[in-house]
Amino acid sequence: MRRVETALQDLACLEELAEGRSWLHRIEARAKILVTLAYVVVVASWPPRAAVELLPLAAYPLVLFLGARLPARILRRPMLIALLLAGAVGAANPLLDREPVRLGTDLVLAGGWLSLASIILRAVLGVSAALGLIATTGMGRLAHGLKRLGVPRIAVTQLLFLYRYAFLLGSNAQAMSRARELRGGGRPLQLAAYGPLVGHLLLRTLDRAERIHQAMCCRGFQGDVPVGGEAHFGWGDGLFLSGWCLFFLLLRGGSGVACLGAWVSGVVA
Amino acid sequence: MNQPLVEIRDLKYVYPDGTAALRGVSFAVGRGESVGIIGANGAGKSTLLLHLVGCLSATAGQLTISGTPVQAGTLTSVRRSVGLVFQNPDDQLFMPTVRDDVAFGPRNQGLPEADVATRVREALAAVDADGLIDRPPYRLSGGEKRAVSIATVLAMLPEILVLDEPTAGLDPRARRHVIDLLNRLDHTRIVASHDLDLICDVCQRVILLHRGQVAADGSCQAVFSQAELLAECGLEPPLSRQGCPVCRSR
Repeated sequence: MRRVETALQDLACLEELAEGRSWLHRIEARAKILVTLAYVVVVASWPPRAAVELLPLAAYPLVLFLGARLPARILRRPMLIALLLAGAVGAANPLLDREPVRLGTDLVLAGGWLSLASIILRAVLGVSAALGLIATTGMGRLAHGLKRLGVPRIAVTQLLFLYRYAFLLGSNAQAMSRARELRGGGRPLQLAAYGPLVGHLLLRTLDRAERIHQAMCCRGFQGDVPVGGEAHFGWGDGLFLSGWCLFFLLLRGGSGVACLGAWVSGVVA
Repeated sequence: MNQPLVEIRDLKYVYPDGTAALRGVSFAVGRGESVGIIGANGAGKSTLLLHLVGCLSATAGQLTISGTPVQAGTLTSVRRSVGLVFQNPDDQLFMPTVRDDVAFGPRNQGLPEADVATRVREALAAVDADGLIDRPPYRLSGGEKRAVSIATVLAMLPEILVLDEPTAGLDPRARRHVIDLLNRLDHTRIVASHDLDLICDVCQRVILLHRGQVAADGSCQAVFSQAELLAECGLEPPLSRQGCPVCRSR
């Protein structure tokens, strides 16, 4: 019950943060989407054992969070889930990959430990960049940005509905769970009761989704959520996009990066 | 009566589970009229309203809006003329901000963005909700949600305003605000409600539905004075017409 409430509050919190007025909020959605996309590609493109080399990439989410004054608490729960998943994916690596790898002068580790650290680090970077993007843009502008970037309208509409129905499903689940708790005498929910409860939740949500669809049709909806506002891709947006892409390219491919990586490795060792 | 804007003849509707919700409803509404649809739970009020905007298709009978039959090919024009405000504002508000929600209809009409902005501003001003323009709808109070729901429909400049239980779940002040707001609007209005005092305040004419049929159709005075008929149909006269519960004086 509390988990549903907190999940809904987290979603609502992201939307509220997206209404901020910082310079990062003012950057056009397309620029932020493209930078984040490039970021995710660059983070994913490093070799499996790259861990220390990934550290400079933390600059992008750090700038998003510090520049837009986003509270670190919004990272807590999504990060916990991401860490659990990443940990589960890479848990066997230290056992499977025992090849020794030298870090600096004295430190020698099994390659599996490095690849595990790399997976976890990538998850942390990816999740913080994605949350930073949503919290500085908002789902509505994000969807419109995707549409302007040429993502098929059906996919954008699905994204908007998925987001909207997450609130519906959550609020229905919350109401049902509260009603059950009040009549449950403090006993936990029996496994056999889960089926009907979830089935009922689905039916209620479908029913509500149908009413929303009717309301949309009554206002002229014909399969396409219209894009609002005149988004202008200005010099600042271009600078933001090109600056970050250049930074990522330098880190990933430039010779300066090797030096930076070596320097960071040296400091860590 | 004026030239009928809404004309319903022997309308019947049976839900897929076999429940007959409408069993031959007939009436007409003239331009500028304000008509209340009343009836107990399950009398067919909401089903009737959904027919007016073509969300449900009649099993039998005829329904015309400004002479245009409501059917698959005419839904776009019908929905430009008829604006339906749903019972639950959460069903009506689905966009990330109030601005986007109110703009949804005008944008679907293909208006230029400058006109859309004007429509949004005017519609929100009409319901005294100008200050809510950048708020997310799920953060609004019940009264604010109701006002914004009405604005989403007003922004489409409909000829006929159809409201399903517009005061359900509102506190007295928010309810009074909705009543004042409805009285300010000069649209043809069809209001379905259990709140008979609201109907007295907003409508000149009342249609009483009972088990999917019209049980009475007349002025508020004529219908609400028939206490026995109201009781048969599962209703009570409006509180304002019941007198003081202590001394029984009016």
